[in-house]
Parts: sequence; structure tokens; C-alpha cells
Amino acid sequence: MLAGRPAVEAAEQAAHMEPVKGRSLWQDARTRFFHNKAAVASMVILVLVGLFAAFGQFVTPWSNEEIDWALLGSIPEQGGPSWENRHYFGVDETGRDLYARVVQGTRISLMVGIVGALISVVVGTAWGAIAGYVGGRVDTIMMRIVDLMMSIPYMFVLILLLVVFERSIFMLFIGIGLISWLDMARIARGQTLSIKNKEFVEAAIATGVSTPRIIARHIVPNLLGVVIVYATLLVPQMIIFESFISFLGLGVQEPSTSWGALINMGADNMRNQTPWMLGFPLAFFVVTLFAFFFIGDGLRDALDPKDR
Amino acid sequence: MTLLQVRDLDVTFDVMPRGAWPWTKPNKLQAVSRMNFDLEEGQTLGVVGESGSGKSTLARAIIGTVEATGGQILWDGTDLRTMSARDRRAHRREVQMIFQDPLAALNPRMTVGEIIAEPLTTHQPDVSKKETRKKVGEMMERVGLLPNLVNRYPHEFSGGQCQRIGIARALILDPRLVICDEPVSALDVSVQAQVVNLLKRLQREMGLSMIFIAHDLSVVKHISDRTLVMYLGRQMEQAEARELVRAPRHPYTQALISSVPIPDPVREAARERPVLEGELPSPLDPPSGCVFRTRCPKARPDCARARPPLDEVEPGHLVACPYQEVISPLDTPLSEPAEPVG
Ligand SMILES: Nc1ncnc2c1ncn2[C@@H]1O[C@H](COP(=O)(O)OP(=O)(O)OP(=O)(O)O)[C@@H](O)[C@H]1O
Ligand code: SF4
Ligand SMILES: [Mg+2]
Repeated sequence: MLAGRPAVEAAEQAAHMEPVKGRSLWQDARTRFFHNKAAVASMVILVLVGLFAAFGQFVTPWSNEEIDWALLGSIPEQGGPSWENRHYFGVDETGRDLYARVVQGTRISLMVGIVGALISVVVGTAWGAIAGYVGGRVDTIMMRIVDLMMSIPYMFVLILLLVVFERSIFMLFIGIGLISWLDMARIARGQTLSIKNKEFVEAAIATGVSTPRIIARHIVPNLLGVVIVYATLLVPQMIIFESFISFLGLGVQEPSTSWGALINMGADNMRNQTPWMLGFPLAFFVVTLFAFFFIGDGLRDALDPKDR
Repeated sequence: MTLLQVRDLDVTFDVMPRGAWPWTKPNKLQAVSRMNFDLEEGQTLGVVGESGSGKSTLARAIIGTVEATGGQILWDGTDLRTMSARDRRAHRREVQMIFQDPLAALNPRMTVGEIIAEPLTTHQPDVSKKETRKKVGEMMERVGLLPNLVNRYPHEFSGGQCQRIGIARALILDPRLVICDEPVSALDVSVQAQVVNLLKRLQREMGLSMIFIAHDLSVVKHISDRTLVMYLGRQMEQAEARELVRAPRHPYTQALISSVPIPDPVREAARERPVLEGELPSPLDPPSGCVFRTRCPKARPDCARARPPLDEVEPGHLVACPYQEVISPLDTPLSEPAEPVG
């Protein structure tokens, strides 16, 4: 504690000192996160998967649509992974390079996951924070909308959308965007209700800070920990969701593909002695999902407010 | 000049019983009832009462974070309750509050500099960054914080330092009234005196008016000019601060004063003390007549009949009990006994 004369003098001297840098809660969390080995390893894996999706195509002479006519008749015998013909992961049932297809499928699947998570972070957080903070009738109406949308069997609606309109990545994103933010809105609202009663919010209101500013400066930053954890866990959920749709044959359109579509194709060919067709996409799928779960777990521990 | 006049102030909360249907009528919780007092410019009013007596609610009604349901709050003679939203917003800079839990009152995601500057950036958005930084630095020095700590976060400070940050934030706009809601209750005893002295010094230097809330009289006595005693949302007694501890007249005040232990065990054992027994009644269902009657050592059947009016029994000394009396000088640590022995 500082008090009395000496402290005041010290303060006068210190007035000319350089400001000390503080340790924000985010920095604390980062330190804790980097002490979590599983989370850090998962982070490395995710970066590698990301690099694979971004630059993997440069390593192979094959594109994802080109058919290797030389192999077409003898895929089970000669279509497996091989260095000689540069099919690192082998070819798929129609003789296309599986490596190139996995690169392209990874792009789509990651994009679906990340877009879904981003929509949920932006829309869900804003929706929940506003409903929770403003309260009253606004809250009731906003949350009823969420309840209503949740009660719709979205899978059915999405399938309908994909059947009625042209099946496209864009439609898929719209479908995912429509549902991904609902849970987030509820989580954000719950958190907001507890933050709203904290004294620092009352202090801001008493000072005359405007409502949008209170939401932006006081509510949302304190909400973000939970939101980030949930968003990391939402990415794999979205990937699984897309895979399921693709598994039904309603997802991405040929020649584009995704992990779900590739796994589907691989599973169909299990009888033909071509295990690589299932193995490679499945390995990417599983490893990435686990990585996201471990990271989400690590973030939850790191951001846990009880540890403060 | 009278800065603040509170007239017949009521604050009633609607409380839904547990598991109620949406259409059931809510219960009425009268947190503050017919409160009356004046606060002169530059003076300090102490407000004392047990937990749940409505002290914070009174403070919130004045700063405007809860809605008053009746009466008037006159600021320089104009009623805050009928003021336009715009004027009310501008008025907010004149009244600031200091909170009980120093850490909870500071946003954990903001730096100390941002926290202290917030009132400034809210009310004077055109002030330059440089000017703001300078003012924040000056204010930090003034409350005894090293200005080079501006970029630190609240969790890096002790409770006492956090309260200083709260004080700096409250004072940066040069307010006219500061409401301190139990500002030292959450602090270590050793730090309490420092913070109270700081508040006293700043009040003198800046010519502030203050409302100082506490749950016992020992701190309030040091800092206030007048003291108001609350119980279950009602005013029990109000008098000049020294007068109140020297000659308390309301049975509740007497019990409050005698509940403060005397550090000297001999005197502690020897003294006669009316003790407060029983629990605080539920504010949802307060006793009829005098709300204190369920615990009053002097209660009589009459007390249940009507709410006792606040009578001026001596100039400036108001008591809400028709059976009030001066009791023989109480031996308490507050009544300033002769110089401590040794
Ligand atoms: N927003 C609210 N809604 C319903 N009841 C409330 C609300 N705020 C306070 N109360 C009730 O009003 C009464 C007075 O509360 P208040 O916080 O003003 O007491 P206090 O004297 O400040 O107590 P403490 O010393 O514990 O801070 C309590 O019974 C409390 O439960
Ligand atoms: S009115 Fe009656 S119950 Fe109330 S304080 Fe006086 S004596 Fe006690
Ligand atoms: Mg209180």
C-alpha cells in the first residue's frame, strides 16, 4: 500500500518514470494456455492442416478434377499411394488424384467450420449481449425468436433448401449461418445477465456512459472468454454437420469435395479393397476434430475466471 | 446553499415470488420509504444501518440507477425525477459514486488509465488524448497511486489501491457530490483509515459534498457532519454527527452504538448495553406501525398502531419514536471517553 509522505514523494519522482506495462487477463490466459501441452500440440497440428489446405496443391502435378486414364481399369491394384506416379494418397474411384482432392476437401471443410463459428461469434454475441443487457420486452422478443428458430427441425429445412434451390456452397453457408448462432446467443445472454449486475457496469451507467458503449466496452470484452471457448468447440460441430449433409449427398457439388463427401466415397468403396480412399480423409477429419476439442479445452482452462 | 433536498422519497421494487405465474401480482418491496433529508454544499451526510436497510437503494435512487417511485429529489432546487433525459445525463457528471467492493467496481478488461479516464471521455469527448493522459496522471498522484501504473490492470492491485482507483475515477470530473457506499467495509482494517483520511482530504481540497454510507457508526462519526440512521428503509434518527453518538435518542441508534465493542475488556465487561436481539424482519412484510418494534427493548402495544412521525426533538435532531429519551451517557468507544489509559 502507498500512503503518507514518503509515498507522495515517491509518486512525484515516479511521475517522470516510464509507464509500466500491465499484464492483462488475456496475457495471463495465454501463458496458461501455452503451458497446456495437449493444446499446444493441437495448435501445431491445426497450423499444419491449415498449411496443407493452403499450399498442398503446389506439391502435386495432379489437379483435383483430372482423371488418370492410365489407372482407370486397375484402381484396386495400382491406384494406391505411390511415389512413382505422384499419387501420394492414391486415386479415388474415378481415377482422380486423392491427395489433390483431400487438399481441396480440407479447404471446404475448414471454411465451413470457420465461417459457421465466425457467424455465431458475431451474430450470436451481439444478439445475446443486446437481449441480455437491454432486458425487458426486447429481451423477451429476441429470445423468443431464438427459441422459435431452434424448434424448427433445421436439418429438414436445410435439406429442403438444398433440394429446392441450386445446391451450392453458398446455400450451404446460408444454412449453417442460420443455425450456428442460436446456441451462442443463449450463452452470451446468460453471461450478460451476470455481468450486467456487476458494480463496474453500474459505475458506467452512473457516469452516463451510453448503452451501446457499455455493451461494447464493458459487456462484450468480459463475455469473450466464454464465446471463444464455445466457438472453438463449434468449429468441429459445423464440420461434422457439413459432413453429414455431404454424406447424404446434398453437400458440396462435384468436382468440389469436402471431408464428408470424401469419407462417403471411401466408405462406399470399402468392398473394392481400396482402404486408402477412406483412410486419408478420415484421418484428416478425426485428427482435426480432436485438435479443435483439445484447443477448446485448453482455452476453457486458460480463460476460467475462477483461476484469477 | 442546499445542494440536495430529498423529500418523501420512496423506492419500491416489484418482487416476483418464487415459481409465480407470469400473471400473478408481484409483491411490493419497500426498500426506501418516505426518506427526508437535506445536504448542504460542502457537507457530509453519514448514512448508517444494518445490511438490508436500504442504504444502497437510497444511493442508487439519487444517482439514478434505480427509479424512485415517489417523492422528490431536488438538486439545486430542481427535481431530478421530472428532468428531461438529456438534462439528467448531463447532470450525471455532478454526482459520482464510490463502491463497496473495490475490485468488482473496476472492469477487469480495462487498464487503470482507461478506467479513470472513462468519465472524462464520456462527458468531454473532444478532449485530446494527451490532455486526458495528463489529467489521469494528476488524478492518480492525487489519490496516492504511482502514475506510471496507468497501463496496469485492476487485478494487479491490492484492495486499498483498487479503492483509490475508484476514487480517482469518481473525482476526475470534479463532481459536486460523491456518494460513498461502504467504501471501506471490504478493506483491511489497516487500510481503512488511510482511505477514509484520503477521502476527507480530497473533500476539503475539492470542496465536495458527500454522502457516506456505512453499516456501523464508528467510521461515519469521523467523517460526517450529520448522520442519518436507517432501519428497514425508514429513517429512525437524524442529528449532527457528534450529537448523535453523544446523546442518541432512538432505541435503535442506542442499540447500534452499544453494539460496537470497546477495545478495553474491563470497560467492555462493566458497561450496560441494550443489545439488538432477533432478526431483521422481511422487508416484504414489515411490522405495522413502528418497523423496529419487533426488536425494540422499549416497545409497547401502542407502537404497532401507527408509523411514528419524524419529530424534531431539539433543533436539528430528528427522531422517529414518540417514546424517545436521552439515556445516561453510554460508555462506548464512540462516545469519546477520557484519554485512553496508558
Ligand atoms: N433490484 C432489486 N430488486 C428487488 N429487491 C431489491 C433490489 N435491490 C435491493 N433490493 C432489496 O431492497 C432491500 C434493501 O437493499 P439495499 O441493498 O439497499 O440494502 P443495504 O442497506 O445497502 O444493505 P448492505 O449493507 O447489505 O449493502 C433489501 O431487502 C434488498 O433485498
Ligand atoms: S416507536 Fe415503539 S417500537 Fe418504535 S422505537 Fe419507539 S418505542 Fe420502539
Ligand atoms: Mg449496500
